Amino acid sequence: MRLGACLLADMQIASSLLTNMSVTQILFWLLSILAVISAINVVISKNPVYSVLWLIITFFSISGHYILLNAQFLAVVNIIVYAGAIMVLFLFVIMLMNLNKELEPQKHKWLRFIGVIAGGSLLLVMVAALKDAESAKQMAQVKEGDIGLINYLGNVLFTEYVVPFELSSVLFLSAMVGAVVIGKKE
Amino acid sequence: MPINYYIFLSLTIFCIGIVGVLTRRNAIIIFMCIELMLNAVNLLLVAFSKMHHLQQASTSAMAGIDGQLFVFFIMVVAAAEVSVGLAIIVMLFRNVHSVDVNFLNRLKH
Repeated sequence: MRLGACLLADMQIASSLLTNMSVTQILFWLLSILAVISAINVVISKNPVYSVLWLIITFFSISGHYILLNAQFLAVVNIIVYAGAIMVLFLFVIMLMNLNKELEPQKHKWLRFIGVIAGGSLLLVMVAALKDAESAKQMAQVKEGDIGLINYLGNVLFTEYVVPFELSSVLFLSAMVGAVVIGKKE
Repeated sequence: MPINYYIFLSLTIFCIGIVGVLTRRNAIIIFMCIELMLNAVNLLLVAFSKMHHLQQASTSAMAGIDGQLFVFFIMVVAAAEVSVGLAIIVMLFRNVHSVDVNFLNRLKH
């Protein structure tokens, strides 16, 4: 009986919290929780294929964050390039190697423990350092502002950043030649 | 939305990627964790660009657009990196029939 009353009170608190938050905030928290949970699952799943699928979910939630920040071009490019091209490449390689059975030997238990401790301390130190920083009080503009639209991005990309853009095409060409040379059977 | 939240979210995803690189032995999963770290950095760059845009909105209309272009170039470099890296992993698998990074210590000999 008391448990039920407690649960009811909790639900009332939760619903009042929800009504106090705007839609943007609710979406932000949902996408953040989804991104973090699926990122954790990328690391802990045993089967590499499941890791790839969780990583795709992470990329979609990060794209959701881009849409929330009104960076529409980057959201679409993120989905096309990462979730569409790179992850399919990963899946093909995993299936080509027939790695989808759990034959990989695990790292030593101690080494895993030390790795988690090291990453956790980095997170702790960075959060503690940035918690009270002066610039951390600023606001990021959500759901408005035009700079994420393809019109303005394209203007700047093809005037100020045209040299890096052309250089990246050379980079792509050399990466393609490199991949073919390395992957060729001799 | 305070920039604080975006900083902490990106830090969390970045540190999950670091833990993955440190604790897994499968080369492909290590590679995916590197992609995770790149994406955390991209998210933070976009958030900072929107923060800068809000600050400088009165002086110039296009303030902060550089950050989003950097994200674009990071994606370009990541795609090139993935193609070469996966070719190296395929070659490694063809030679030693495993993607366990511990086998890479034969590069010493």
